[in-house]
Amino acid sequence: MSLLHDLIFDYTLRNVALGAMLLGIVSGVLGSFAVLRRQGLLGDTLSHAALPGICVAFMLTNSRSPIILLIGAGIAGWLGTMLLLRVVRDTKLTEDTTLGVILSVFFGVGILLLTYIQQQNNANQAGLDRYLFGQAASLVARNVVTFAILGALALAIVVACYKEFKLLSFDPLFAASIGLPTRGLDILLTSLLVVAVMIGLQTVGVVLMAAMVIGPGAAARQWTNHLHIMLVLAACFGAVAGVSGAVISVQASRLPTGPMIVLALTIIVLISILFAPTHGLVPDRVRRRRQRRNLHANGLPAVAPEAQG
Amino acid sequence: MTSGTVILLTGVLCAMACALLGTFLILRRMAMMTDAISHAILPGLVAGYWLANSPNLLVGALGATGAAILTVSLVEALQRTRRIEGGEAMGIVFPAMFALGTVLVSRFFANVHLDTDAILYGNIEFSFFDHLVIGGRDLGPQSLWIMGTLLVINLGFLFLFYKELKLTTFDPGLAATIGFSPVLVHYVLMLVLSITTVGAFTAVGAILVVALVIVPAATAYLLTERLIEMIAYSAMVGALSAVSGYWLAIWIDGSVSGGIVTMTGVSFALALLFSPSQGLVAKARQNRLNRQRFALDMLLMHLSTHERTEEEASESAVGHISAALHWTPEATTRTLRRAIDRDLVIRYDGNLVLTSQGREAVKGLLER
Repeated sequence: MSLLHDLIFDYTLRNVALGAMLLGIVSGVLGSFAVLRRQGLLGDTLSHAALPGICVAFMLTNSRSPIILLIGAGIAGWLGTMLLLRVVRDTKLTEDTTLGVILSVFFGVGILLLTYIQQQNNANQAGLDRYLFGQAASLVARNVVTFAILGALALAIVVACYKEFKLLSFDPLFAASIGLPTRGLDILLTSLLVVAVMIGLQTVGVVLMAAMVIGPGAAARQWTNHLHIMLVLAACFGAVAGVSGAVISVQASRLPTGPMIVLALTIIVLISILFAPTHGLVPDRVRRRRQRRNLHANGLPAVAPEAQG
Repeated sequence: MTSGTVILLTGVLCAMACALLGTFLILRRMAMMTDAISHAILPGLVAGYWLANSPNLLVGALGATGAAILTVSLVEALQRTRRIEGGEAMGIVFPAMFALGTVLVSRFFANVHLDTDAILYGNIEFSFFDHLVIGGRDLGPQSLWIMGTLLVINLGFLFLFYKELKLTTFDPGLAATIGFSPVLVHYVLMLVLSITTVGAFTAVGAILVVALVIVPAATAYLLTERLIEMIAYSAMVGALSAVSGYWLAIWIDGSVSGGIVTMTGVSFALALLFSPSQGLVAKARQNRLNRQRFALDMLLMHLSTHERTEEEASESAVGHISAALHWTPEATTRTLRRAIDRDLVIRYDGNLVLTSQGREAVKGLLER
């Protein structure tokens, strides 16, 4: 019970757990679409591409207010995405090459700017590198409120455009043929992913963001064939990983929060791939063995009822 | 050697070693594997240091190479389950490895200097200070030895496996039929990539490795279609970026790694805009020329269709063209001027009349 008590009354733990939970929900839902559209690594590229935006926002305003830095991050991530779509459409470079180019170049420019800022003896700059590795322990109530507003906005758009996003994810050609603005929807969905990345930067950092985008969706996919169930499950998995990572890291001192969240998420993904009833490896093997036994016992025509499901 | 020369040489050698591999990774659509490997070696490095009880470079590198190979195997094992797709498998494995590494660092090495920043963006700036000393003899800066060895390994690899690499990259089916194992070539390539990543990473950091492997090769791919030229161009782009990036970093007093990556980005941007075959400028120009030519053809066909018919006088009137072809007045004026300049059409009494050259052009169009 003391854990529950701490979760509610301990200021740091409450903020960290709430922030991580919000991140898990938002990146779980938006990441599910990325997973279905085979754009899993987009989250990785977006989070790296955000770094120069943070630096430029700081250089222009000399302010460390999270909202300003996050807007800078969002703009840079968004520009990176637009560039990605353009290069993939207009040149022979493949998507994975372009992802790698944008990721490393934007991040390199960000590092150059960050080290430049650090050389300027500006006392205000301390803590900008927090966005590299994330520092969930530094979350305060105001950050959590910002995250909640951003996340609620993004999820509201997903609910409003649910039908369109579903069609875009499963059959983009059909979506285009019935007159949906697929390019606009594509840009909208990717921009929403930028929002998830904005929330993730301060919580888990640039490197681990890839897992927050892919993990919940990839795990949820193993449990169901329905999109709405997958989205709800992904949000739950993201939230559970976020809260448990936060709790473990605060309870055991000297364990960093972001990595603990990602490790918790990895365990959820592995369990899902192995044991999820719908697509898990172990239930799949059990089903096959039962079919084989039926086949031996009854001869060819016997089709196990499970095989039809 | 001055410290500047050492840093420059380290950068150039590293850039060339990485670029040699990048070409094949891009053509095999495995560019993001570099990113995965460069982050995932952290726990191996930490484990190596823990076993050696000190930041021993050799043991650390062995551990890191082991972690790199483990990462490649895990990603492929996950892909083989067919439960998740290739890119996602990477996106699950490498953050997990990096997270594990970070936890190990904070758990066991909180007091040792193992800076996570240095892992991401390296410290090529200090390459002058670490000297390779064997049996009491100072053999010069260690980073030069590491990068030189990597370059020799990668050159040797390309030299020995060039034919196999080329064949398995462009036609794995044929390669397998005539007895080259694509799987074997794949694993040797992954091993060489792992060694390169680990070696380069200790000197220049994870992000520089990713950038130097992918970006020069991508730049070269925009400039040429030939494999051997692509390899040569990417080595050149890498080396040039290393030199110019070093000066950029000195000039604004920032990280040398960041400067070099920025310059690879500048090379890529230049190729993206101005490549003669793939560049956005060349493509925009080609589109404009096509549009102009199409407009001209439309005009000639329109005039030819109504030539010597009853409505010729009204259809070929200068004022009617814009309405007949649904063009804006400005576009009509431009196309008319082009047609008259090329002697395809003349103006006669407010009407447009095809010249003999114009009729020839129409005949050409109809025969196409």
